[in-house]
Amino acid sequence: MAKAEKIEIIEKWCKGCEICVEFCPTGAIEMRDFKVAIKDLEKCTACMQCELRCPDFAIIVYKKEKE
Amino acid sequence: MSYDYAKYLRKGKLPHIWCAGCSYGIVLKSLIRAIDSLQWDKNDVAIVSGIGCASRLPGYVDFNTLHTTHGRSIAFATGLKLANPKLNVLAMGGDGDMTAIGGNHFIHACRRNLDITIFVFNNNIYGMTGAQYSPTTPKGAWATTSPYGMAENNFNITDLAIGAGATYVARTTAYHVAHCEKTMKEAFLHKGTSVVEIINSCPTGFGRKNKFKTPASMLMWMKDNAVNIEKAKNMSPEELAGKFIIGVLHKVERPEYLETYDATVGLKK
Amino acid sequence: MAKKVEFMMGNHAVAEGALYAGCRFFGGYPITPSTEVAERMAERLPQVGGRFIQMEDEIAAMASVIGASIGGVKALTATSGPGLSLKQENLGYAMLCEIPVVAVDVMRGGPSTGMPTGPSQSDIMCAKWGTHGDHPVIAVTPASVQEQFEETVRAFNLAEKYRCPVIVLTDAIIGQMMEQIEIPEPGELEVIERPKPTCKPEEYLPFDLDKDFVPLAAFGSGYRYHITGLHHNSDGFPTNDPVLHTKNTKRLIERINKNYDDIVKVEEFMIDDAEVLVFAIGVTARSAKHAVVEARNAGIKAGLIRPLTIWPFPEKHLDKILSKNKIKGIVVPEMNLGQMTLEVQRVARGRCEVEGLYSLMLDPILPAEILEKIRRFV
Ligand SMILES: Cc1ncc(C[n+]2csc(CCOP(=O)(O)OP(=O)(O)O)c2C)c(N)n1
Ligand code: SF4
Ligand code: SF4
Ligand code: SF4
Ligand SMILES: [Mg+2]
Repeated sequence: MAKAEKIEIIEKWCKGCEICVEFCPTGAIEMRDFKVAIKDLEKCTACMQCELRCPDFAIIVYKKEKE
Repeated sequence: MSYDYAKYLRKGKLPHIWCAGCSYGIVLKSLIRAIDSLQWDKNDVAIVSGIGCASRLPGYVDFNTLHTTHGRSIAFATGLKLANPKLNVLAMGGDGDMTAIGGNHFIHACRRNLDITIFVFNNNIYGMTGAQYSPTTPKGAWATTSPYGMAENNFNITDLAIGAGATYVARTTAYHVAHCEKTMKEAFLHKGTSVVEIINSCPTGFGRKNKFKTPASMLMWMKDNAVNIEKAKNMSPEELAGKFIIGVLHKVERPEYLETYDATVGLKK
Repeated sequence: MAKKVEFMMGNHAVAEGALYAGCRFFGGYPITPSTEVAERMAERLPQVGGRFIQMEDEIAAMASVIGASIGGVKALTATSGPGLSLKQENLGYAMLCEIPVVAVDVMRGGPSTGMPTGPSQSDIMCAKWGTHGDHPVIAVTPASVQEQFEETVRAFNLAEKYRCPVIVLTDAIIGQMMEQIEIPEPGELEVIERPKPTCKPEEYLPFDLDKDFVPLAAFGSGYRYHITGLHHNSDGFPTNDPVLHTKNTKRLIERINKNYDDIVKVEEFMIDDAEVLVFAIGVTARSAKHAVVEARNAGIKAGLIRPLTIWPFPEKHLDKILSKNKIKGIVVPEMNLGQMTLEVQRVARGRCEVEGLYSLMLDPILPAEILEKIRRFV
């Protein structure tokens, strides 16, 4: 079950450094045309690694409300 | 969203000027969280920087911000603090800015123990001018001005600060985001001159030509080679070879400069 | 009420003038022949609620006074030639960032360590062109201990009024000598206080490119903004736009130029019917005045132009006299090898002869030497 409601990518700020993708433990995100993109939201565990380490404020993960 | 930075970021200034994968953006986030955790009034915070990539940081945050001349942030910050002691003053800059051209101001600030905070963003290179060697470039490393490998010895910034008399000296890294935030907070709260060396990565200037394939690998290098000071206490010199220590390296209480000055001269308020 | 009269050293008078003007911070580094300014400030500032600091070098000293001024406190630094060289980058910073500060240069022989105790007037061009780039400069030139006091007050006023650094360009003789001085009563001399912005903080444009003057908000006063030595826009943030860069540079220079009448102060002595002029500043002007009087006694129609503001250069004053009087020649005595003379020649535009009288001999140029030059024109 996906833990993330949504992953917001602010494309105009993303510089395509790949830090988020390399730190993502589940493969939920990937690089596409030199920008980050969502590969499989289902895989996201909302661990926040990508958001925490993005130097460009370009990726935000919204956790699902507790069910 | 684990943290909303918008409250502290100046509107319309992003994307910042830093290269893809430059760790300064990560440290900026730790800095914002650290100041937020102190709940300081934004009007009471002043960030003063020199010149270099790191020194562009103040432009992005909604405080009183002063981008000065190369190496001189501490000297500007000293005057500012003496004029208005209520301000929480942070002086910050790169390794070149703080320990080469600004080295004199750096050591004398440590000696005086004025209640300001100093952050040195150490990426082991002159990033802004295109990868010339700095006082912290490791022996043998490539830089545009050490194309055959760095021949000079380098500074250990925290040793320098301790030797010069700083009363709080710590090291952290861009990788250790929570540790970085916590260390910054402690440094801000310390009474007297506090120095934090923040190990950073310049993938454009340093990384590419020094065998780091990606920005992430530079962060992983920090993870793999940083040893917390508590853990280091139980490690042998052999085990520590090639590693570097993070944490609070030095902390003493010593009379703060401004209080001492005001009392010594009997300042009429 | 009887005036308070004291026997005072020129450098101390600078310090007292600064305190009178409301200066409450001094950042400096010792150097002969300026050190007494720092010493006096170290002693006096705490008595009036101000702070003194001896920084690690002149670069830091200059930076510290700019920092203090940004913190809302009037600030002074003092130095001599080698220190003036070191202060230059940050002087330029204060010019571009429109930070009011006063820097005193007690001139000694240069270049380099030069003649540490030897009086000189050889920093005239350094005061104007020492920092790089196109920029405005105000420099005042006192010639007595009384003027050391009064011109320092005026320097602070000009700094606040035009939001810029002002240089007090004096020399080792005026700085070191003891002379009688009447201490002005509080309120006797005008003291300009720094205005505070009145707009809402979110509307504050600290460097409004379309305005002549915007009050400088102190850090900590609730106006949060950015200051940078990069060329910047009205809001203070960097811009690479050459159009804005041009506009702002011209604006800063124009601000000074168009207030020439307010900024440029000149003593004109016996010039109404003068046919020969002497153009001199500082200690040299004292000799020049004697020479003019002696020339008059000998029946020569001589007059003196004594700038108390050397930058901006008093060209309107000079120009007016040159177009009104039939001037045969101008003598420019100066304790250097011809810095001011070049400027006088530029303004004279060939309308009369201009002759320099230069000396590096460390003693003041004597009235007799100046008189001899005056005579050559008649
Ligand atoms: C007086 C002066 N000298 C040289 C420079 C050119 N310069 C700009 S930034 C810089 C080095 C910056 O290196 P560092 O402080 O390590 O900062 P980084 O860019 O790596 O963050 C230099 C030499 C300058 N701006 N001013
Ligand atoms: S939150 Fe964690 S799992 Fe989800 S995309 Fe980011 S790094 Fe991957
Ligand atoms: S870390 Fe940020 S900038 Fe880098 S690729 Fe991911 S979203 Fe883009
Ligand atoms: S040159 Fe290096 S330090 Fe400068 S922004 Fe780029 S990566 Fe960062
Ligand atoms: Mg660097």
